[in-house]
Amino acid sequence: MHTVGLDVGSIMTKAVLFSDDAWQSVVMPTGYSPREAGEQAFARLLRECGLTRGDIDVIIGTGYGRVALSFIDKAVTEITCHARGAHYLVEGTDMVIDIGGQDSKVILTDGAGNVTNFAMNDKCAAGTGRFLQVMATALGCDVSELADLARDAEPAQISSMCTVFAESEVISLLAQGVGKDRIIAGIHRSVATRVAAMAERLGQGKRITFTGGVAKNEGVRECLVRELGLAIITVPESHLAGALGAALIARGKTPAPPCPFQ
Amino acid sequence: MRPFTMNVVQDMREQNILALEHAKRDNRKVVGMYCAFAPQELALAAGAIPVSLCGARHEPIAAAEKTLPRNLCPLIKSSFGFAITDTCPYFRFSDFIVAETTCDGKKKMFEILREYKPIHMMHLPQGTDRPAAVAWWLKELKILKERLEENLGVEITRQNLREAIKLCNRERLVMKRLHEMNRLDPAPLAGLDMLTAIWMKGFNVDKEDGINQINQLIGEIEEIAASGQSPFRPGAPRVLLTGCPVGIGSEKVVRLVEECGGAVVCFESCSGIKTMENLVDEDEEKDPLEAIAECYLKIPCSVMTPNPGRFELLGRLISDYQVDGVIDLTWQACHTYIIEDVNVRNYVKDNFGISSIQLETDYSNSDLEQLKTRISAFIEMISGQ
Ligand code: SF4
Ligand code: SF4
Repeated sequence: MHTVGLDVGSIMTKAVLFSDDAWQSVVMPTGYSPREAGEQAFARLLRECGLTRGDIDVIIGTGYGRVALSFIDKAVTEITCHARGAHYLVEGTDMVIDIGGQDSKVILTDGAGNVTNFAMNDKCAAGTGRFLQVMATALGCDVSELADLARDAEPAQISSMCTVFAESEVISLLAQGVGKDRIIAGIHRSVATRVAAMAERLGQGKRITFTGGVAKNEGVRECLVRELGLAIITVPESHLAGALGAALIARGKTPAPPCPFQ
Repeated sequence: MRPFTMNVVQDMREQNILALEHAKRDNRKVVGMYCAFAPQELALAAGAIPVSLCGARHEPIAAAEKTLPRNLCPLIKSSFGFAITDTCPYFRFSDFIVAETTCDGKKKMFEILREYKPIHMMHLPQGTDRPAAVAWWLKELKILKERLEENLGVEITRQNLREAIKLCNRERLVMKRLHEMNRLDPAPLAGLDMLTAIWMKGFNVDKEDGINQINQLIGEIEEIAASGQSPFRPGAPRVLLTGCPVGIGSEKVVRLVEECGGAVVCFESCSGIKTMENLVDEDEEKDPLEAIAECYLKIPCSVMTPNPGRFELLGRLISDYQVDGVIDLTWQACHTYIIEDVNVRNYVKDNFGISSIQLETDYSNSDLEQLKTRISAFIEMISGQ
């Protein structure tokens, strides 16, 4: 059986193909057209796997661009998909913290990949990947460098919750001569505080898995650990959780191949 | 299948504007009311037509924000906006307006609205757990009665009151019967249609006509149910809506739930079952005003503290309507409902083990996509996907 999960996020589009004994993935920028990004990611995935559309049994779309995809069999929300994908990546996950490009969410699950409760911030950029991106630009660096640049620094106080105000706060901190490393550490803490508050309101997790693009940022993960006082797990492919979940849901009752990280 | 009568029902607001115009020409008086605590029986007993002025549309909000703070519940802003822009014929036709000291926002808004129309403010007790609460409310009803008599130049007799009580009870009973049609599984009437039908009740110029129409609608729904038909796909999760009042114009959450595959089978909020549950005692021995006072104070609204009736009602409805999930809809800046949500969600989880979600939004369309994601995820969750 071949199933595909397509996660069209605001910044990146992720596609995963499950066959009976393995899975393969493709990641590319979403750009301005979620529909085209979805089509291209799907086409590339097929090419790389040496398959055609006719070989695929079920395709499920997820992510904010899921509604733009006309060739999928079904759309499932990123919340349901992330819960399933995180459980696949880290078995027994009972809380998922997902920080993506334009939203962040905390999902409680039953420990078997099924959602029992969730909370979401999708109204403002604070606490999302977008916030980090704006701050990186203000500091003249790339988001991917943030974690390394902030290593071990004492976080500077960033009090603005709003991205626009926080940006001017960062600029004035720079003007005051506060070190870049401390400012970045402060930015990480600001994202983590927002998300941790959401997690605490929702309930307690014992096995917390961190997914989404921002999970790649070690600085944010460390801040989350400090805020919540709990261990937080990430795996190298955590950004694929949504697409993996979609491809798994598409399999229905057909068992999935074992996860290479377990 | 959609009952044919719905085509008539959905146009009732417009139809009734004409009827109201005619009634005004015949010198009938109109009493505007904003809230479920406003005793319609008194207006009817005064020979007047009670109409609902509760604002459910986004359009007049921009105008309201020139005077009122932006960070205020959309229901208050919409109601105020309709009034000051003179875009609500029901407001224009109102000779007298009844307001209550419910939430702070509404209470203070009425102070400003007073410049536009004569408004009588009824003082609600803060809760119902004090021995003097009913006595207090009864006194308020007596003051309202005097004001109505003065302003409309009529006398409200016990006999008129008794007749009005019977009429309103019949209306409550028929609305409740309609609402209870969706206790059936599968539910025979779309939630959006149910909301339309119960919302239109507020605009009836002649309650008898309204009652007949709902009876006709029930007849049609019974046929649909008997043939096993339903507007919903098999297995659609059954949702109960609670929280702030929802009307036509502010129905976006109901629409989205049904677009995402859920079935809104029960409306606990103000246009819904909350106001149909209790009847006014018709006992001839009893003082009719006292009977009215007792009945209205039972409305389980979050402006009351404490508000145990809401939980008792929710519990009953969750079982009676075989509910799979509860949506607590709170309008932005509605403190009483937003705070009470904590208790609602704990109550639902602890006593019934079913899921609930709080949705906080306003009347605009700016958050439709985000709402849709939340609602779809909730539907997926309660369908056990
Ligand atoms: S929710 Fe409460 S205050 Fe609002 S209309 Fe209903 S009874 Fe009145
Ligand atoms: S919804 Fe809440 S804030 Fe708005 S009028 Fe009703 S009680 Fe007041």
